[in-house]
Amino acid sequence: MLEVEGVSRSFGSRKVLHDVSFAVGDGRMTGFVGGNGAGKTTTMRIILGVLSSDSGSVTLDGTRLTPADRALFGYMPEERGLYPKMKVAEQIVYLGRLHGMSDAAATKSTTDLLDRLGLGERANATVESLSLGNQQRAQIAAALVHDPSVLVLDEPFSGLDPLAVQTVQAVLAEHAAGGAPVLFSSHQLDIVERLCDDLVVIADGVIRASGSREELRSTHSEPRYEIDVSGSGDAGWVRDVPGVSVVDLDGGYALFGVARGDAGRDAAQSVLRRALDTGPVARFAPVHPTLSQIFTEVVK
Amino acid sequence: MSTQTTPSHAAGAGPGSTRIRPSGALPRSAARSTWLVARREITMRLRSKAFLISTGILMLAILASIIVGGLLSATSSAPKVAVVSGTSAVVDGVQGLDVTQVESVEAAEQLVRDETVDAAIVPRGSMTDTTGSTDATDATDATDATTQSPPPGQPALDYEVAALSEAPTSVVSLLSVAPQVHLLEPGDDGDGLLSYIIGIAFGIVFFMSAITFGSTIAQSVVEEKQTRVVEILLSTITARELMAGKVLGNSILAFGQIAVIAVISALGLTITGQSALLGALGAAIAWFVVFFVFGFVLLAALYAATAALVSRQEDVGSVTSPVTMLVMIPYFLVIFFNSNETVMAVMSYVPFSAPVGMPLRLFLGDAEWWEPLLSLAILALTTAVVIAVGSRIYANSLLRTGARVKLRDALRG
Repeated sequence: MLEVEGVSRSFGSRKVLHDVSFAVGDGRMTGFVGGNGAGKTTTMRIILGVLSSDSGSVTLDGTRLTPADRALFGYMPEERGLYPKMKVAEQIVYLGRLHGMSDAAATKSTTDLLDRLGLGERANATVESLSLGNQQRAQIAAALVHDPSVLVLDEPFSGLDPLAVQTVQAVLAEHAAGGAPVLFSSHQLDIVERLCDDLVVIADGVIRASGSREELRSTHSEPRYEIDVSGSGDAGWVRDVPGVSVVDLDGGYALFGVARGDAGRDAAQSVLRRALDTGPVARFAPVHPTLSQIFTEVVK
Repeated sequence: MSTQTTPSHAAGAGPGSTRIRPSGALPRSAARSTWLVARREITMRLRSKAFLISTGILMLAILASIIVGGLLSATSSAPKVAVVSGTSAVVDGVQGLDVTQVESVEAAEQLVRDETVDAAIVPRGSMTDTTGSTDATDATDATDATTQSPPPGQPALDYEVAALSEAPTSVVSLLSVAPQVHLLEPGDDGDGLLSYIIGIAFGIVFFMSAITFGSTIAQSVVEEKQTRVVEILLSTITARELMAGKVLGNSILAFGQIAVIAVISALGLTITGQSALLGALGAAIAWFVVFFVFGFVLLAALYAATAALVSRQEDVGSVTSPVTMLVMIPYFLVIFFNSNETVMAVMSYVPFSAPVGMPLRLFLGDAEWWEPLLSLAILALTTAVVIAVGSRIYANSLLRTGARVKLRDALRG
């Protein structure tokens, strides 16, 4: 388990991280979300030791990180970069060797990765001759070549087409399934929602929430239900049911929120009962809030 | 990386703690990382066509200048003279003359007019009708005051030297009887031109290598900053290892180039029959190589550190220009002051110019045996200090992109 504990950091007089603490469990895909300038990149750089913290510590399985530990990490920085004039495969083998791999192991791993990422045919092209999307895939290969013990990816999906997003998702999920803690940040909340097991939300350098996705759902948003009574006309009456707040109303369709706990559940049931009294009910179901709802709620 | 220690973890932490390594991982070592970086620098450079072509041109230029120089000195060192039967005894036993025997004075005169020979040696009085003839004694006095002329009391010779439009001083001096010369201040000898040429040669080679490979290092540093690959590198190896690798890789290339230049020079001098000069130069060249090793590493560290302050290739030139000045100073000093012993002595101790100054003084025999050792110690010490300060600037500047990093901020960290 990778743990960040009480990390603070200032740039000059501007404090960008306030006592940041969270954990990334083994084999857990952990999404790291927050607005621009919230402190995601700074946190990730501190984890990788590229930047030093003013206070606090980063530990792996309870021991402080050494440079030797960090050499086994995989990192994809927000600002991408590979040598433009070097060949893709050659460059990834080079990075693998810097991470401590033997030549043969690095070469084999590079070939496998490039094939899986759909870059096998461009292995001998220079990086500058690749399309942006392919450069991105090469960047992911560079982060994964040494089979890292911990993976930290800053915006791994930005600039990828939907097909590439799927490929990369699969590769990352596979890596997490192997038992490595994976931390990734993203602005694309729908991707984070699909992919992550755990979630860390940061705003203005402060961790606002962290935990499993389900946990955050239940604690940070009101339960919502939807009901479809189109068969029996308008659903406007839902507004009059006590304990119910309507979010969306469209003819016979209504989306409404209720309070947490038993009172809320009872209110929802009373909506259903009244609907059945009025006529046929085409659909009644709880609605899971989207990540962007949770996010909006948390950083409010 | 942090100043606080978490007590609960402090006990478990330590360099001895082991963790399962992924497949194919070797123990990480600074030497290995440095060598990997150095090897990449070398491979990428050797693959660059521009580098190979410019190196080829440099080698050809050196070889050509040695061969052309050899040919020119070969032609000028053996003046051609024509003799007739009455004067052939004059040149007997005289070294360094290319002698042509002709039938008559007229034939000899014709050869002079054809410029087939530089001069004709004919019996005294046989060419009195020729206008413009001069007395050999006057000619030598007029053109070269240092050449020894026959003492006034000596009887007139029974032959004379005929030439076209200029008095053939080399022929005259070869035929002259030179008195014993005793110099009171041997330092002011006639080696001025040779020391000038050799000084410039050392200066150019040092200057070219330092500029070429220094700017290569600078560009390579900025390339990594500009393309942001440096962030991946720094998450894997330390800034010190990265800088050491760059300096090492480019130093190996520079030493390789110097070694090839040395071999080409030696070959060229041998082929063109100038091996005497090679023997005299040998020790100076050896010292030059030793000084070059330290001097180059010093400059390489300076180039790496200064280049790390900027983030764009366009800014490399301006930020490294103070270092470039340091490289050019010894070059210009040696051109303008190569005969000034005081300037040369100072130059041979200042670390930036010692690689040029000290070998030149050794060649001229101006330096005591301990002087190169002292100068080398000063140079090595300076190099160590510059590496320490330079790697600090380098490490503190690498991740600061955008505006140029102020030197004070880079030093403070």
